Amino acid sequence: MNTLLKVLKYQSRDAARSRWLIAYAAFFMLVSEVLLRFSADPMKVQLSLVSVVLFLVPLVSIVFGTVYLYNAREFIELLLAQPVNRRQLYGGLYLGLTLPLVLAFVIGLGTPFLLHGSDGSAIGTLAWLLTSGVVLTCVFTGIASLIALRCEDRLRGLGAAIGAWMLLTVVYDGFVLFVLAAFSSYPLEHAALGLMLANPIDIARVSLLLRFDGAAMMGYTGAVFLDFFGKEYGMAVTAAALSLWVTMPLLFGMRAFARRDF
Amino acid sequence: MIEPLVRIANLGKAFGSLPVLRSVDLVARSGRVLAIVGPNGAGKTTLIKCLLGLTHPDAGEITFGGSRVTGEEGYRSRIGYMPQIARYPENLTGAELLAMLQDLRGAGTPLDTELIQLLELEPSLAKPLRVLSGGTRQKVNAVMAFLFSPELLVLDEPTAGLDPLSSRILKDKILAARASGRSFIVTSHIMNELEELADDVAFMLEGRALFVGTLLELKRITAQTTLERAIATMMRRGVLTEAA
Repeated sequence: MNTLLKVLKYQSRDAARSRWLIAYAAFFMLVSEVLLRFSADPMKVQLSLVSVVLFLVPLVSIVFGTVYLYNAREFIELLLAQPVNRRQLYGGLYLGLTLPLVLAFVIGLGTPFLLHGSDGSAIGTLAWLLTSGVVLTCVFTGIASLIALRCEDRLRGLGAAIGAWMLLTVVYDGFVLFVLAAFSSYPLEHAALGLMLANPIDIARVSLLLRFDGAAMMGYTGAVFLDFFGKEYGMAVTAAALSLWVTMPLLFGMRAFARRDF
Repeated sequence: MIEPLVRIANLGKAFGSLPVLRSVDLVARSGRVLAIVGPNGAGKTTLIKCLLGLTHPDAGEITFGGSRVTGEEGYRSRIGYMPQIARYPENLTGAELLAMLQDLRGAGTPLDTELIQLLELEPSLAKPLRVLSGGTRQKVNAVMAFLFSPELLVLDEPTAGLDPLSSRILKDKILAARASGRSFIVTSHIMNELEELADDVAFMLEGRALFVGTLLELKRITAQTTLERAIATMMRRGVLTEAA
């Protein structure tokens, strides 16, 4: 067993006992359970959950991740004083933070659907919803590690984390709308596509709504996207863009971790 | 002359524009206790962190057992580290923390668990670290440093937060380990404590090692009878050199 797995084992054991994480799982369980009781159609419930997932998963991942890593500072120093490889240690810390969040999300959101018994197509879209949440978790814990590593002061780091989330969730949409409105006399299809691919939450939203055949609800970028790529090709493009969003913060974080002074 | 266990040569480190270590030279010899003393901000902890590979020095080199440590990690299996009072993952128990270190260090080495009995730590190890008092966590730190019977033990303020009895037990443990040939690098603000433990002293001020030598030599050149007075004299002189 190498260093990465050993660190992961204890780090995830610690994170999994965190009350915040348990509350996170309980929240998703409650929301999907309540929605399922109100509506007989699991597809409709999942469509309502899309917004909750896109809003909450990035927020919790980035805030929990940043706080967790700041609290682990002294623990990381202890680990670095052991005969371990820094890159492997970083991998262990990242996965030890991400896996418990992923499990809490999947178990929390998925369990009520399993208990209520859903048909095949509903399970398919549920899997897609869960996958998007998992990928968003990986993206935002990666950004959280990058912030916690690059920013010495924990208050500023936490501010940067919330700022990054606000930027990608709220400000970005406003910015896109502004651009589209301000330059409405120009053909903006390709610019809109570029803007969408630059925001992981947007990518997740579009790829989810493509699955739900909710083209009408996708708004401008979604409609353009479907028109430009078509469904199958579009899926591949979103998957590629999202995996870039997972790996880039991770690689930058690993480099920062390897060079950093503790 | 035999090669010292640790040799630090011309070590330099700056955080941004602030120099923390300025061309530090010192050695730690086998079977001896080296005390690093100096006021807050003198660079003691940074020096230790460079030795452990936590901080990357800008200049100079560190050798451990004759080979350079830069970019290496294997040498750390021969070092036990007791950090200053630290917070660890609060939901893990002390026993899990020790198990994790064993996992990371690899099985095979016989474990030195004597301190667990001497400090009566067994009941506390079953509890999550978050409920332990500062002193108890410090005891867990001490156990971790001695656990793998390392050649070199690096202790940063080892008795801070310990009650007199535990502090006595820890110091006796240090002396016994030294008698069996282990080496120590210790920092502390309590001069009486270092007086009892130290064979050699490195005095640091503003990032420089102004004196490295035996305790007796330090007392001789300062014409003082205790370490505390000798260090006070050194600090006054250091301030004078800075001013000149």
